[in-house]
Amino acid sequence: MGLQRGHRARPLEWLVEKMIFLVSLSAILVVFLIFLFVAREALPIFLGRMDSALVQEVVPLEQMDQLSPARLRAYLGLTEKQFAEMDRETRQSLMEVKVEAQNEIPAAFRRDPDARLNTTEWKHLLRPRQWTGYEQPEYIWQPVGQIHKYNLIPLFVGSLKTTLVGLLFAVPLAVAAAIYVSQLARPRVRELLKPAIEMLAGIPSVVVGFFALLIMATVLQNLFGYETRLNAFVAGLALGFAVIPVVFSIAEDALTSVPQNYTQAALALGASRWQTAWQVVLPAALPGVFAAVVLGFGRAIGETMIVLMVCSASVMSWSVFDSARSITTTIAAEMAEAVAGGPHYRILFALGAILFALTFVSNLVADVVMHRLKHRLEGKG
Amino acid sequence: MKHRFQSQRFDRASFFFSGLTGLATLLILGILVVILVNILVNGWPGLSWHFVATIPKKDFFDRETTGVLPMIVGTAVRVFVMTVFVIPVGVITAIYLTEYAPSSSLFTRVIHAAVNNLAGVPSIVFGLFGLGFFINFLGKHLDALLHNPAPVWGQPALIWASLTLAVMTLPVVIVATEESLRAIPPGLREASLALGATKLETIWKVVLPQALPGILTGGILAVSRAAGEVAPILFTGVAYFMASLSHKLSDQFMDLGYHVFVLSTQSPNIEQTRPILYATVLVLLLLTFALNFVAVLIRARVRQKLRGLG
Repeated sequence: MGLQRGHRARPLEWLVEKMIFLVSLSAILVVFLIFLFVAREALPIFLGRMDSALVQEVVPLEQMDQLSPARLRAYLGLTEKQFAEMDRETRQSLMEVKVEAQNEIPAAFRRDPDARLNTTEWKHLLRPRQWTGYEQPEYIWQPVGQIHKYNLIPLFVGSLKTTLVGLLFAVPLAVAAAIYVSQLARPRVRELLKPAIEMLAGIPSVVVGFFALLIMATVLQNLFGYETRLNAFVAGLALGFAVIPVVFSIAEDALTSVPQNYTQAALALGASRWQTAWQVVLPAALPGVFAAVVLGFGRAIGETMIVLMVCSASVMSWSVFDSARSITTTIAAEMAEAVAGGPHYRILFALGAILFALTFVSNLVADVVMHRLKHRLEGKG
Repeated sequence: MKHRFQSQRFDRASFFFSGLTGLATLLILGILVVILVNILVNGWPGLSWHFVATIPKKDFFDRETTGVLPMIVGTAVRVFVMTVFVIPVGVITAIYLTEYAPSSSLFTRVIHAAVNNLAGVPSIVFGLFGLGFFINFLGKHLDALLHNPAPVWGQPALIWASLTLAVMTLPVVIVATEESLRAIPPGLREASLALGATKLETIWKVVLPQALPGILTGGILAVSRAAGEVAPILFTGVAYFMASLSHKLSDQFMDLGYHVFVLSTQSPNIEQTRPILYATVLVLLLLTFALNFVAVLIRARVRQKLRGLG
């Protein structure tokens, strides 16, 4: 009996093995669900089905029966399910509420052409507009007050500004440190340095944000003497602290995975350690370093708390010494006050979907690059 | 070539550039040390038994009466509930990837790509996912199913925050477990199979006990990562202030990391709150670093053990 057992799995084991397989699909499922549910909430924006205009054409109550059900549903701003569950009287009272709400809008706003504008249209999300009271077309993100302005460009600029500062600061440092630790340091020192630098990743981002807000902002302002104490420059440097361990640890892995015989051949030819590292190892591991930078970019653009704590005023400016409001910060700061299902809420989800798409692509690029590099180095070595 | 006849021992350019990379390494370490020392020195005086074990009544900006007990408990509970979900799923996925999946098939590649991708999704997107999926979809439907008159599950709650964090830390557990499973010599598995054990028995009785330290490390890393994260819980369960500890899964909770955020950005008088702020940061840091340190120790011991085996 005992001899047989290795050959054929019992039915129960067969079942368990199938379950193991099913559970292993969870990672794929989760990525899919994230995409699905973030996109689902944002879909009306992407499809242009949202209407945020303050002043709308009012349909008198008597004409309710003349509207087709689909038109009525769109007019009341309901989902299909909500609409189906309502009886006629509820719909009627909703229409009354709508008429009353329209009547409450002050006459001054009624005359403002901006009040009739659907600010969630793509052209208003991306192109500048000369709003009433402004002297020239401007990019404005201002989801408060009577007329909500949802231009996304200032947020993109804010994210880009802080991310670029962070990368410019972090990448050279992290790559240099990776070269030092993997190629130049003695093995004993390396064993100490690697976990020490990776400890930086263990500092929660609120703590980095706190440090930047309380200490760095003041020190840097005294050093450089710029006007705004909390600006994109401080946020960018603090972001750099979060990016360094990411770039370092991937670049270091890539450099270490270059086969020993590359280095030995170079050293045997009389090259110094530095020449070997710079002219042989680094070129061989370059795709890995590139992947490290791409992942560092993903980390920086997705970081929320650091930028949220250091600067948050939404101004359209390319100067790093002005404040900035990034995509992530906007979502974090405004979601609490956005009405679920409303235009503001949906636009915040749309921002999240854009962010997800952005990091998805950069992760995929890094993944493919690393895979190829591993393949090539193993093939040759 | 220019450098052909230069000996290894003396090369000015090499010396200069090597020095530069060394300096970069030192600078990074310097940043780390400055942050840690600054927090330790400024936070230490504010740390007391009273501070750690007090539930603040009304005003947590007040230096004399404030405490961080509900925040510590909230953080600990949300992280504990998370591990209950993430460890089984993560470990089973890793078992499939190392023991069953053909190593170079497209399917395995897709799972790996998904895991890597998940690791790179911004934490705020996890927060949105938690709100869109757990609260607005699962929670709302659960309420409808149970005929709750007022929303119980369809609003921010401890369980949803924990599940959101579980999704976020899934790749951490998978990667750590996979690593430890791969480090087990194939000879052990073969011996067990040769003795007549089935594959599942081999995994359960031979492979998993050997991988236990690695699984533990993964769990601890996930916990320390989740303990410091604030962005994913912002809309899924954290509360600005609660007068008592949360005791149901559908309750909201207070949180250490979020408390650091609140203290440093919403304080009416930053000079007044500075000591409590530093002390709170120190508590958070001690918590996450202690966990990280344990993980590093376990990993070092496992490596030593494996070296002995090899």
